Amino acid sequence: MNKKGPLYALFLSLVLLLPGCSSLAVLNPKGPAARTLSDTIILSILVMMGVLAVVYILYVFVLVKYRAKKSNEGYIPEHEEGNKVLEAIWIIIPIIIVAFLSVVTVKSTHAVENVAEQYKDQDPLVIYASSSNWKWHFSYPEEGIETVNYVNIPVHRAVEFRLYSFGTITSFWIPQLAGQKYAMSDMLTELNLSADTVGSYMGRNSNFSGKGFAHMEFEALVMTGDEYNEWVQDVKANEPELTEDEFKGLLAAEHLGRKTYSSTHLTFSPPPGDHSEHMSGDGSEMNMENGNEDHQDNKDIHPSPEPSSQTEFDGEPNPELEEPLPSFPADESTHEGH
Amino acid sequence: MDLEKFKVHGEPLIYGAMISIALATIGIIVGLTYFKKWGYLWREWLTTVDHKRIGVMYIIAALLMLFRGGVDALMMRLQTAAPEMKFLDAQHYNEVFTTHGLIMILFMAMPFIIGLMNVIIPLQIGARDVAFPRLNAISFWLFFMGAMLLNISFVVGGSPDAGWSAYFPLASIEFSPTVGNNYYSLALQISGIGTLMTGVNFIVTILKMRAPGMTLMKMPMFTWSVLITNIIIVFAFPVLTVALALMMFDRLFGSQFFTMANGGMDMLWANLFWVWGHPEVYIVILPAFGIYSEIIATFSKKNLYGYTSMVFSMVIISLLSFLVWAHHFYTMGQGVMVNSFFSITTMAIAVPTGVKIFNWLFTLRKGRISFTTPMLYTLAFIPIFTIGGVTGVMLAMASADYQYHNTMFLVAHFHYVLIPGAVFAVIAGFHYWFPKVFGFRLNDRIGKHAFWWIAISFNVTFFPMFFLGLMGMTRRMYTYSEESGFGPLNMLSFAGALGLAIGFVILVYNIYWSTRYAPRDTNGDPWDGRTLEWATHSPIPAYNFAVIPKVNSRDPYWESKQKNTPLYEDKITKIHLPNNTGKPFILGVIFFFLGFFLVFSMWIPAIVAGVGIIIMLAVMSFERDHGFYISAEEVAATEKKLRGETV
Amino acid sequence: MKIDASKPLEYSTEENSNKIFGFWVFLGAEIPLFATLFTVYFVMVNRFADGPSGAELFEIGPVLWETLLLLTSSFTIGLAVHAMRLGNKKATLVFMGITLLMGLAFVGIEIDEFFTYVHEGATLQTSGFLSSLFVLLGTHGAHVSFGFLWGVAIMIQLWREGISPATANKTFIFSLFWHFLDVVWIFIFSFVYLKGLM
Repeated sequence: MNKKGPLYALFLSLVLLLPGCSSLAVLNPKGPAARTLSDTIILSILVMMGVLAVVYILYVFVLVKYRAKKSNEGYIPEHEEGNKVLEAIWIIIPIIIVAFLSVVTVKSTHAVENVAEQYKDQDPLVIYASSSNWKWHFSYPEEGIETVNYVNIPVHRAVEFRLYSFGTITSFWIPQLAGQKYAMSDMLTELNLSADTVGSYMGRNSNFSGKGFAHMEFEALVMTGDEYNEWVQDVKANEPELTEDEFKGLLAAEHLGRKTYSSTHLTFSPPPGDHSEHMSGDGSEMNMENGNEDHQDNKDIHPSPEPSSQTEFDGEPNPELEEPLPSFPADESTHEGH
Repeated sequence: MDLEKFKVHGEPLIYGAMISIALATIGIIVGLTYFKKWGYLWREWLTTVDHKRIGVMYIIAALLMLFRGGVDALMMRLQTAAPEMKFLDAQHYNEVFTTHGLIMILFMAMPFIIGLMNVIIPLQIGARDVAFPRLNAISFWLFFMGAMLLNISFVVGGSPDAGWSAYFPLASIEFSPTVGNNYYSLALQISGIGTLMTGVNFIVTILKMRAPGMTLMKMPMFTWSVLITNIIIVFAFPVLTVALALMMFDRLFGSQFFTMANGGMDMLWANLFWVWGHPEVYIVILPAFGIYSEIIATFSKKNLYGYTSMVFSMVIISLLSFLVWAHHFYTMGQGVMVNSFFSITTMAIAVPTGVKIFNWLFTLRKGRISFTTPMLYTLAFIPIFTIGGVTGVMLAMASADYQYHNTMFLVAHFHYVLIPGAVFAVIAGFHYWFPKVFGFRLNDRIGKHAFWWIAISFNVTFFPMFFLGLMGMTRRMYTYSEESGFGPLNMLSFAGALGLAIGFVILVYNIYWSTRYAPRDTNGDPWDGRTLEWATHSPIPAYNFAVIPKVNSRDPYWESKQKNTPLYEDKITKIHLPNNTGKPFILGVIFFFLGFFLVFSMWIPAIVAGVGIIIMLAVMSFERDHGFYISAEEVAATEKKLRGETV
Repeated sequence: MKIDASKPLEYSTEENSNKIFGFWVFLGAEIPLFATLFTVYFVMVNRFADGPSGAELFEIGPVLWETLLLLTSSFTIGLAVHAMRLGNKKATLVFMGITLLMGLAFVGIEIDEFFTYVHEGATLQTSGFLSSLFVLLGTHGAHVSFGFLWGVAIMIQLWREGISPATANKTFIFSLFWHFLDVVWIFIFSFVYLKGLM
């Protein structure tokens, strides 16, 4: 394992030579979540370098030593069945490595799925980020403002993004602030992040979503708390309200530049139900929420630190059916199978 | 009939493709007519039930698909070589990467491997054919027609454009209104049924038709890998069958499985797809492990180290392969517990895989390693695949995957797994077994040229992608801006892709050159082989073995050469063989039309084709074909001739 | 063709015994196929959107008839194989005929059920629940229908050729198929209908 040092140096020099370390967005974190991930990645690279080194050294050694050459012509290698001890070694050591990495994985996954340690005591800023076609809508229910294709957040503040989509599955990703998460039409997902450096960061949809996918980027601008408050006040004072018609127009458009409004679409177009563990351990069964095109009424639009797991459904019979069925107890059944 | 929907509008590229397809078709028809080869083609190939010929047809089809998929890859690399390239528009780029993935996995890697197993497995176990030769022909024609159906989509109606994983709702009629994804569901369905039949066929062949004395733990490693692969096929492919059927119902009949309205669930598709999709990866990689095991043993002149642990590691990999599918979407929000479970099962696969790597290295140790072309591919596999493996472990860590998912890092990883793990393997197997089938070796010098082009260019193409991923470049982006800084590495990657193309051209040139000039083998054992396939003649007689060999070790042929003990003890007797039949081919053609009519929602013709299939099945059920016998004298005469003695 | 007289006729040649084993492997593939369909159904079972739920839709009467028919036919196909082993061609044909008629009646009831559902406004397009219900039932029903056609083809061959290694083999394999469909139906009956009615 003592070959790890030079290899790491080699790797680093490659990194520096090729694009320069700072351009590796993932390894240049600006917030606690991304930092946890960056540390995890670098740790795993180091461990894997060690594994590679062992394999490579052994590989070069056998190829050089046992290649066919004049001096060993006519040599017929002996039958060799295998060796219990050796085989046990290369079973047990990988198991130890995997166990170690499993612990790292569970810990770091737990860390990034929750609010970062240093911001635990804050009330997180809730922002709904929803995608439609090739745009992102950001709704700030607490502030009552909405933006399109850019999001401003205050520095040193826990931010809770609640993600969903008006169409295809998209993936919300600001590499320098946190890992990504899917936004889907029938389930609300949640992403915690916070930034500790003021600046502008690239955010984008990373899950292929059709024709305009390549251009589905947004700017995540981290500002100081004062600047942020100023900006919110400014929006509230000077920007138009988001009407339902206006919002329909937004949804239909393929690409839009930046837009800003002094109200959110959440009031007339509520997001889908909150997610809970939608796969059980064996994964074969999923959470059965009553999927409905009109996202279930979520009475939980007002800010609260914890998402409620409540989903309610008004089981109005469809008036267009020729023989209206008796109203059925849909609101009860939504909770079955949880 | 609305002709409009058959048309694909667009670019010179599409018209070029149309013209070249038309010209190639005309060329083939004219050529066959001119050289009066129609009869030959029909008698010797289209109607054959001989596992060797079916295998050769699989491999030819796979090579053609390799070039189709390769051209797709070149177009993608060209389009992304520099920022804001204008070579392809978004829609065509989407179609190109979708078909690239589909073709390379389902219509290149799989058929290539199935082709090799068709040619080699009956020989390796000392059998005269597979268990169900006709079913084998049906499998091939279903695969072939499925592949053709997908390929015509490029010029008739439009290709699938939602990625090879076709996630819903993107692949639904709402977001993908062209017929492209209809082609997806039907072409894959038809060839998938063929693959499932192959699975059944080879399980029976391997379990029931081995030469006397060949116990399970005396089977060659390639046979073991194929057995396990086919068991995976039998358990994984039905999931794809269902998923594709549901997709078809959603797209053609308006059902609500994966829709956004009325209780549909898009996440269900992702789950079903990957429950099949991950085992599928092992369907192409396990046989590759088998091929490498054979080649390493042969060219280091040693038996395989740790045979038992090799077998068990494959069994464990195959079991784990069904328990890892959610690692394809850690980011779907299923929470820490579920992600941790799938992280651990995924990382656990590294353990049996590591066992294999070390066993190979220890097979080489104390051997006498000769660097032939197939051996070079095998030796290149070890270090490159190990990179693929360790990056796989990195991706398996759920938290870290939040940063790798959907990026070029992932693209680099799976090419580092699949190209050494499957493509190098089939090329190595191709070079290794080529003389068995055709009676001469491919030129080693030209072969090595091709190898170095391919091996080096591969790394030039895909290594930069690890960095692109970490820089934040996602996969499937048809273009990017100058400021992103992705340009230089993408250009490097494009240069590598050109190198790969050159390598493959040299490889094909080698086939041409060797066919004309290479010296012919005389003894059927050019590499000093160890297993039974080398014990018969090259080219192989229709009946494979005049006398079924008796086996009492893992390397029976090697043993018999070393100890001078006879493999064949019985006398030559008459040999029973199945008759050729055109029905599998006709069945395949009807399936093609059924698929085509369904793609375009042409119900009446589709029903007619469906009835045609039932009639064909009935005809085959009523048929009593008992095959034919080759007399003992005739076998003896053929044997003499193949040994080069005068009759 | 070598005939091993020590084994039952349907196993008597190597080809025959391979075919039976191969069919078992094929049934091995049918298990994940139906398991997947059941999984889809369980995922979808409460996603009935604006459409009816299982409890509103299902009626126990026809389902009991279907169950009775299919269970009995599984018994009669067993009798057919038994008669075949005894070499009684006529009894074999009669029992197979009864089996197929019951299969046909099953399909008839199922189609009638489907028509009733559609008439009540419960179609494939109505909801995720109904899509999965129709496809699960339909796949099973399609298997039974295909089995009917296949069985008729085998009966014609039995009638023309008598009980030979080839026809015995086909009859036996057909019986495996039919029993399998019966097992699948038991699962449908329990987990779709009974659970849905509860």
